[in-house]
Amino acid sequence: MRFLKAILGGSAIAGLSAFAAHAQDVVGRPSEGGMWFQKPATPVMEQLQDVHNLVFVIICAIVVLVVSLMLYIMIRFREKANPVPSKTSHNTMIEIVWTIAPVVLLLVMVVPSMQLLYYQDRLPETEMTVKVVGNTWNWQYSYPDYEDIDEIISNPLDETQAQEEGVPYLLATDAPLVVPVGTKVKVLVTSVSNMHSWAVPSFGVKMDAVPGLVNETWFEVYEEGTYYGQCSEICGIRHYFMPVEVRAVSQADFNQWVANGGSFTEAVADNSENQTTSGVATLAARD
Amino acid sequence: MVAISGNDTGSYGDDKPSFFARWFYSTNHKDIGTLYLIFGIISGLIGGFLSFMMRMELGEPGIQFFTNEHQYLVFVSMHGLIMIFFMVMPALIGGFGNWFVPIMIGAPDMAFPRMNNLSFWLLPTALICLLVSFVLPGSASGDGFGGGWVMYPPLSTSGSPGPAFDFIIIGLLAAGFSSIFGAINFITTILNMRAPGMTMHKMPLFAWSVLVTAFLLLLALPVLAAALFMLFTDRIDGGTGFFDPARGGDPQMFQHLFWFFGHPEVYIMILPAFGIISHIVSTFSKKPIFGYLGMAYAMVAIGVVGFVVWAHHMYTIGMDVNLKAYFLAATLVIAVPTGVKIFSWLATMWGGSIRYTIPMQWALAFIFLFVIGGVTGVVLANAGVDTALHDTYYVVAHFHYVLSMGAVFGIFAGFYYWFGKMFGIMYNKFLAAAHFWLFFIGVNVIFFPQHFLGMNGMPRRYVDYPADFELWNHVSTMGAMITLLGVVFFFLMLIEAFIVRRKVGDNYWGEGATTLEWTLSSPPPYHQFNTLPRIDEDPTEHDADKMH
Ligand code: HEM
Ligand SMILES: [Cu+2]
Ligand SMILES: [Cu+2]
Repeated sequence: MRFLKAILGGSAIAGLSAFAAHAQDVVGRPSEGGMWFQKPATPVMEQLQDVHNLVFVIICAIVVLVVSLMLYIMIRFREKANPVPSKTSHNTMIEIVWTIAPVVLLLVMVVPSMQLLYYQDRLPETEMTVKVVGNTWNWQYSYPDYEDIDEIISNPLDETQAQEEGVPYLLATDAPLVVPVGTKVKVLVTSVSNMHSWAVPSFGVKMDAVPGLVNETWFEVYEEGTYYGQCSEICGIRHYFMPVEVRAVSQADFNQWVANGGSFTEAVADNSENQTTSGVATLAARD
Repeated sequence: MVAISGNDTGSYGDDKPSFFARWFYSTNHKDIGTLYLIFGIISGLIGGFLSFMMRMELGEPGIQFFTNEHQYLVFVSMHGLIMIFFMVMPALIGGFGNWFVPIMIGAPDMAFPRMNNLSFWLLPTALICLLVSFVLPGSASGDGFGGGWVMYPPLSTSGSPGPAFDFIIIGLLAAGFSSIFGAINFITTILNMRAPGMTMHKMPLFAWSVLVTAFLLLLALPVLAAALFMLFTDRIDGGTGFFDPARGGDPQMFQHLFWFFGHPEVYIMILPAFGIISHIVSTFSKKPIFGYLGMAYAMVAIGVVGFVVWAHHMYTIGMDVNLKAYFLAATLVIAVPTGVKIFSWLATMWGGSIRYTIPMQWALAFIFLFVIGGVTGVVLANAGVDTALHDTYYVVAHFHYVLSMGAVFGIFAGFYYWFGKMFGIMYNKFLAAAHFWLFFIGVNVIFFPQHFLGMNGMPRRYVDYPADFELWNHVSTMGAMITLLGVVFFFLMLIEAFIVRRKVGDNYWGEGATTLEWTLSSPPPYHQFNTLPRIDEDPTEHDADKMH
């Protein structure tokens, strides 16, 4: 996306990143009072933000243009300043200009936008597969590549549990989806009853879970950590209470986890104190 | 144009019917328009109450006001349905459309006055069905229907087995037929009943906007009706399985049907507002509208393209990527005619002699807010980016900028513009200004922070949220309180105006107001144009000729 940044120009990027900086000091979850995207954790989300920022600069320019034009007109042509109105109601040239100019702007954004769309949608050679089933109301994960790992039912922690463990309420679950970092993971998403949508904002992933249909998407997490998301398709009374938690660990830890039949060692499983920021770091240390 | 004099009953010697016959058997387009407006205000109060409760609930994390989470979803769903079908549409199309389309084209009434009456009375019937659903069993979780205004199955079929949703289906079918009858009436009236000399290319833009809207209604609503009917039969035990995968059906088919109606529907709600804004901007700039033909055909273009972009509401359902690419491109195209409208309004003001009356303030605010809502639409059109924003508060912010602030500002602009014409009296300027400013500030404080919430990842239709989202939710709720205060001033304005009754003249806006309603008394005679006006001289005429 280098050329994108070139188009945007250094200053616009700098301004944007300063604006975004505050929002992006936490990883994998919404930032407190945040006003911008969550910090990207995957290449898709990174590219998504670049395309968004390009569009954002364009729309800001449009808003600024229209608003300043409006203010100028409102002052310059107020009744006192201009008591006798002109009778012009037509100017072919200007009408052509304001039809063509938006077309050009749209063409500028459509190319990177299409690239993003295809990059995000076309699955690369993925290295492993996880299956996600939306239940009413929790998420169920399984690993078709690994027979020894039982299905994981991921339920949200209630408020007291979350407080005790120091993890965010309405985001944290009792059993995350565990994946290795630096690996292209294919996600198969489906549902058994109502529709849901499996979403992790920092991954740039949101895929509807539809009964009778298996949808595909993918992600590749850069860094170890815990990443949260929430159900994003109305699914009934517990819609707000079926969060998504993904724990990305090193390949070695992941192998260990698989070897243990889908659990970390005892000590680690119990110690979730630091999991919000880097549960995995603790995990690695103890191993 | 023919000068028309006289007011109320006298001049034409036609008696108004008795109270009951006049308001319940009404066939007079102006009475029916008034009924629609009153109905819209009542529905707006109900829908507004629902949203205010939602905002109160969301002011801080935790569950404060609702007895259970289902009830919150019921409020969300009913807020959407009531505001769209029973507030915006009746006010813009039924209210102003009925009142002013016949007058503007120089017709004595609508083409089918009795059908007009039927259109109106289907609506209260429909609303009662929706209101009854609140207290009927909905799902295992409680009373009422909580599946969102989009009503996706299976949540609306197996997920909501109780009779609550059946009542909603019946209500929406009734409302749909009301709109279809209305559309037939408008199309017939506009195509056949224009006064001598009133060619299509001389027709005021509000009439154009209602004509395009009526075609959208006529083509889109039957699809909704079919989809609702399929839901209905799917819900019957041993009934059909159109949307049930276990019986070979496809739940996504419903989404396609719904949005095939749903996207044109959003333009149904905004096009009449476009028309109103054009009149107001032209009147108070004391200039004819700039690029009249471009304005009319931009609306036609928006209407046509609006039928081929529906799946931009469905980017995350797992559609084929090439389809998404198509819908991405088609959706961006809509921004072009939309831009033409905005720039033409500015050009209309350019060189004008602008008066900042109350309706003009609403119109200027409309342009500003609609631009913001429009550009976030352009962001959402990018399917890749929409993956992050779909079903978050960003979308909520987008469509409230174009609806709560676009369509609703259009309604208030029209209301203040024509208030004197409809009721023969003038509002108090202070109360009206207080209404405007509180409302303008309030809705911005409610909805601007919702862009932040959405980008930060907050999903919509959530009764409770992680504490990180508290700040902007809190701000948003304070905005709701400011807006509520604005609404109070609206009613104070109404009460004051009807008590004091400051009489206004025929053309109380003066020089810039050139359409036919300003040649009639305020309020217009019970039956206008017993002798049809002739349109020889028209400000748009030279303009239109030049284009040929
Ligand atoms: C420049 C023109 C516009 C564009 C490009 C645009 C684009 C979009 C897109 C892509 C979405 C889907 C977002 C999502 O769910 O992820 C959307 C949602 C929506 N838009 Fe627009 N829009 C435009 C103008 C309007 C106007 C004029 C209205 C109505 C007056 C409107 C009303 C809505 C509504 C109600 C929704 C949300 C429906 C729902 O999910 O409940 N939009 N828009
Ligand atoms: Cu859900
Ligand atoms: Cu749409």
